[in-house]
Amino acid sequence: MMAPLLLEGSMFYFILNRLAQALLVMAVVSAISFSLFNFVGDPVNNMVGQDATREQRIEIRQQLGLDDPILVQYQRFMLNVAQGDFGLSYRIKQPVSQLILERLPATLELVFASAVIAVLIGIVLGVYTGIRRYSWVSKIIMSVSLIGVSLPTFIIGIGLIYLFAVHLRWLPSSGRAGVIELGGWKTSLLTIDGWRSIILPAVTLSLFQLTMILRLVRAEMLEVMRSDYIKFARARGLANRAIHFGHALRNTLVPVITIIGLNIGGLIAYSVITETVFQWPGTGLMFIQAVDFVDVPIMAAYLIFVALLFVVINLIVDILYFVVDPRIRRGGS
Amino acid sequence: MAKLDQSNSRWQRFLDNDIVYSFFTTPGAIIAASITFIAITAAFAAPLIAPYNPFDPAQISLWDGKLPPAWSDGGSSAYLLGTDNQGRDMLSTILYGGRISILVGIAAVFLGMLLGVTLGVISGYFGGFTDTVIMRIADVQLTIPGILVAILINGIGRAALPLELREEFAIYVVIVAIGLTDWPQFARVARGATLVEAEKEYVQAAKLIGLPKITIILRHILPNTLRPVLVIATIGLALAIIAEATLSFLGQGIPPTTPSLGTLIRVGNEFLFSGLWWITLFPAIALIILVFSVNLLGDWMRDALNPKLR
Repeated sequence: MMAPLLLEGSMFYFILNRLAQALLVMAVVSAISFSLFNFVGDPVNNMVGQDATREQRIEIRQQLGLDDPILVQYQRFMLNVAQGDFGLSYRIKQPVSQLILERLPATLELVFASAVIAVLIGIVLGVYTGIRRYSWVSKIIMSVSLIGVSLPTFIIGIGLIYLFAVHLRWLPSSGRAGVIELGGWKTSLLTIDGWRSIILPAVTLSLFQLTMILRLVRAEMLEVMRSDYIKFARARGLANRAIHFGHALRNTLVPVITIIGLNIGGLIAYSVITETVFQWPGTGLMFIQAVDFVDVPIMAAYLIFVALLFVVINLIVDILYFVVDPRIRRGGS
Repeated sequence: MAKLDQSNSRWQRFLDNDIVYSFFTTPGAIIAASITFIAITAAFAAPLIAPYNPFDPAQISLWDGKLPPAWSDGGSSAYLLGTDNQGRDMLSTILYGGRISILVGIAAVFLGMLLGVTLGVISGYFGGFTDTVIMRIADVQLTIPGILVAILINGIGRAALPLELREEFAIYVVIVAIGLTDWPQFARVARGATLVEAEKEYVQAAKLIGLPKITIILRHILPNTLRPVLVIATIGLALAIIAEATLSFLGQGIPPTTPSLGTLIRVGNEFLFSGLWWITLFPAIALIILVFSVNLLGDWMRDALNPKLR
């Protein structure tokens, strides 16, 4: 028999609960974004400049609806935001949503490239250090990874720039080159120049996640290699390769995939730093520049954008956990 | 003599304490604590031990600008670690910069601790709806990486200041931003400790004899939350120093007029391409050593104070 839909502990109730929480978070973040317009800078000054006449100012105020009650203004803001309209950037005088959409491919490609690097190299090194636990290569990898975790991202970026751009002159130090447009999506992954320019930022961004994946895969491998079915596989006389990759690695993948999913958010967070270090023209750099110029519409939009991203990621992870782990279903949070 | 005996036994008791014992038998902890201690002392004694005062124009000459470290070609023995583009002695600017980094880190952790422990103890002691609201907020904030929260809060704070006040108040904005990022960790730990403590018989007894809630919280609950809070504070200090350096490096933190280590790295970064590596490298090394030793100290403390929490 099916569980009653609205009973505590049912999947429907759980999702509804989390959905309500997500909506609450978005409401709070959008309220903060909205209040930025009122408390940060003077929107009229930003529209017409310092030397506008009093009549011009009053006219602008009325046009913008700044004299309406605050709740009316908030409602209007929310309606616009729901339609993806964040107003015009104070500095560039273009629709913010358009600016974000222009910058988004750069950020997403950077995050994607880093994720690929982190997953591929992380798993390969993790498997190696897990199987050859006591070899000196493994020991070197593990010590280097420990240092990698404790170094601040921007210092790793500077170090890589100095080594590969200044000293060896192999790769460009900053910017996003070789961009071509492909059906409205501006990509830099199809040209050699583009590849050259994404390598350093992507490696910088991936290092932390790479280390996490490496350590996780290694720990899981060590755990699995001790289990009975691996011993049994050995007793059956299977080749090492079949045991390591067919049996052991496959069983380590569930926690690894969970962690990777959870860490997409981390990549997006740290992309703000990486983009600034490498002057990579993505959304993170846009936010930092917006702060410098008090470009409130961009700041507000970025805030909502980031909150939405994390709310969606967490919602998906929560629901996946619920599906995978039956213990969560028995009440408790 | 009796007095001496007593102090001896006190010393002995101090040495027998499990934490002190663990400290003196863990070489890593001794090294980390020594480096941390030296770094903090050096930073705070900067005006006394630094060879120059980098903020005194009379002691800076542009002629001595961009000198490499003393041991390399063209270096001067007057400037051990070389000079920056304005002719300031690197060793001195690092000492002064380290002082600001450490001060900001400590202030931010203290703010986060104050906020987090207060909310955590309230949450744990009163439970119910208050508890749900506070811990839900903490949960939500913890799902977003701390550095991003700090960047966002700091950005809003900066933008809210009029341009002419930005440099002057930047340091406070940074402290508040990092403090507001830190609090959920403290709140969780303090709440957990409070829940355990509130169940104990002596607290029940204190309730029975009618002590006011505030007395019970301050006298009985709070002191017992301090051990785990101290661990979080030490690890938090390393994270706060990194966060400050990151913000300053992004140009969103401490201004170049009173540079922190992060600001020094940012300024030096512009000269990296002209081969003046020492202007960036030395502040970066100072930052790494500082963070690394505080981290190591925090790790040891976590193991020593709470063997279950590994």
